[in-house]
Amino acid sequence: MAHKSNYVPHSAFEKWLDERLPVVRLMKDQFIDFPTPRNLNYWWTFGGILIFCLIAQIMTGVVLAMHYVANEALAFQSIEHIMRNVNWGWLIRYTHAVGASMFFAAAYLHMFRGLYYGSYKAPREILWILGVVILLLMIATSFMGYSLPWGQMSFWAVTVITNLFSSFDSVIPGLGTRIVQWVWGGFSVGNPTLNRLFSLHYLLPFMIAGVVALHIWALHVPGNNNPTGIDVKRSSEALPFHPYYSIKDGFALAVFAIVFAAFVFYAPNYLGHSDNYIPADPLVTPTHIVPEWYFLPFYAILRAIPSKLFGVVGMFGAIAVLFVVPWLDSSPVRSLRYRPLLKPFFWAFVATCVVLGYLGAMPPEGIYLLSARLATFYYFAFFLVVLPVVGRVETPTQMPGSITEDIMSNEQRRRAALEGGTPSGAPAAPEKR
Amino acid sequence: MANPNSTVDAVDDTDRRDFITVAAGAFAAIGLGPLVWPMLDQMNPDASALALGSVEIDLSPIAVGQAITIMWRGKPIFIRNRAEGEIQAAETTQISALPDRFARNENLSEDAPAVDRNRAGEGHENWLVVIGICTHLGCIPRGQRVGDSKGEFGGWFCPCHGSHYDTAGRIRKGPAPRNMEVPPYTFLSDTRIKIG
Repeated sequence: MAHKSNYVPHSAFEKWLDERLPVVRLMKDQFIDFPTPRNLNYWWTFGGILIFCLIAQIMTGVVLAMHYVANEALAFQSIEHIMRNVNWGWLIRYTHAVGASMFFAAAYLHMFRGLYYGSYKAPREILWILGVVILLLMIATSFMGYSLPWGQMSFWAVTVITNLFSSFDSVIPGLGTRIVQWVWGGFSVGNPTLNRLFSLHYLLPFMIAGVVALHIWALHVPGNNNPTGIDVKRSSEALPFHPYYSIKDGFALAVFAIVFAAFVFYAPNYLGHSDNYIPADPLVTPTHIVPEWYFLPFYAILRAIPSKLFGVVGMFGAIAVLFVVPWLDSSPVRSLRYRPLLKPFFWAFVATCVVLGYLGAMPPEGIYLLSARLATFYYFAFFLVVLPVVGRVETPTQMPGSITEDIMSNEQRRRAALEGGTPSGAPAAPEKR
Repeated sequence: MANPNSTVDAVDDTDRRDFITVAAGAFAAIGLGPLVWPMLDQMNPDASALALGSVEIDLSPIAVGQAITIMWRGKPIFIRNRAEGEIQAAETTQISALPDRFARNENLSEDAPAVDRNRAGEGHENWLVVIGICTHLGCIPRGQRVGDSKGEFGGWFCPCHGSHYDTAGRIRKGPAPRNMEVPPYTFLSDTRIKIG
């Protein structure tokens, strides 16, 4: 939201600096005074939580890289060395490993919030697209990071995922094999592969940080969406970010940190797979290869499609389709609060994602395979059929005229409930009239 | 600098500038190409990976029905001494029953059909030599050890995504698109084989 700068440099130095590099002005305007809709709920706190996650991952990661050795003969041992010998190594590694899961959990909730409240709609399309770019970078980064301990799951995850590129062999014979050998730096997953994965695992988080900066920039041009999906119309409908939302975000972050710490201290390996504590063996594939929980829905889609090439296309398509969501949704109404027809479809979509996650961990046969196919069908149908069609046939419910009106009617309802009677001057249960 | 009063000069100048812009851009692209290529090509298998030539194996300790796994170029090679029934099962399979109808044998031409004699060597029908990597996503199929599941066709079974291979290492059921590959190999004697 464009707003007038309230920054007044006081000292001579502040003035001198402001004329040369107005960085203090930028921080004050964008992160202290920034006008934020007054009705944001706790689903809006995940942006701040995600920034915390990124910083935590980068800090613990830099420390881990001081002790880790990216060599196929030493990598596994160096992880055990971190766990047993390095001072606080166990804490830093568990925080990093659990941190990846917490990062994805927060990112998925952040995305479902965006879908529910229509935060991807004009004028926030670029903001949404940058978010999908961040998701792709997160997926690449976490996949590479998971390979580094060089345990059985690491090794076979790298083997299976890099082999996805060999599906190009069915488009141009030999192309896929060339790409895979280029990625491996050999004829099988080996030391060159581990080395380059480590190099890129160190690089990508900084690219994420760069795209996050663009994401926040794109957020600060139109300003936050809000639970009503109605634009801020008066300055009284917004509050300065600090202290109102810095406190709210801070409280949510504290609660999030409790869950985070509970995993780190009481169940650090709960989200991982025990097979990764077996050193990589290129001659034995584990009976049951499963990715980390946050990839399970995509893995289920890959396995649900009975063709190698189209399985891969389906898996990547599940993310690619997110890029065009702003143009697939045909309704002018942002928030699902006022979209009675789409709401059940949305919750069915959320359930589908959870079910796909469950099926991704199950063997691909019998009822599991059938369910995965049905769920994959609905996943794509939600975006490609439901979003375009429902927006055209749906009649939205009565929306409040403004954020203020919405807050006032909530307030009236609350008072009526407290007094157990009808508030003076307000119609009883207006929605039942 | 162009004379602002002379329109003729200005037009000429624009044409020249277009040419210079395009020429400079083209030269920058030509210069960039040779710089980008080493950055990409450095990721390809290096000289030490390419140098991992060949291995020789003594087959005499492998009894009928047994199989061994050896490493060649970082890949597992399955060598199975097939029993009579297994050979017969592979030979009697109709080509029309195969999802992949090519032999995928590096010792033969690319369009050789996937009949059993193109998978195992002539005169050495009992020896099947294949690269033991599932052609779906690169897992190692089971079926080498005695207690392993050999799948529905008595060959190998890949536990990752459920591909079944027959006793000639050909894909029969599941998501894998191709038969397991036969590496280049030669028999040095009746009990000695060289791979690579």
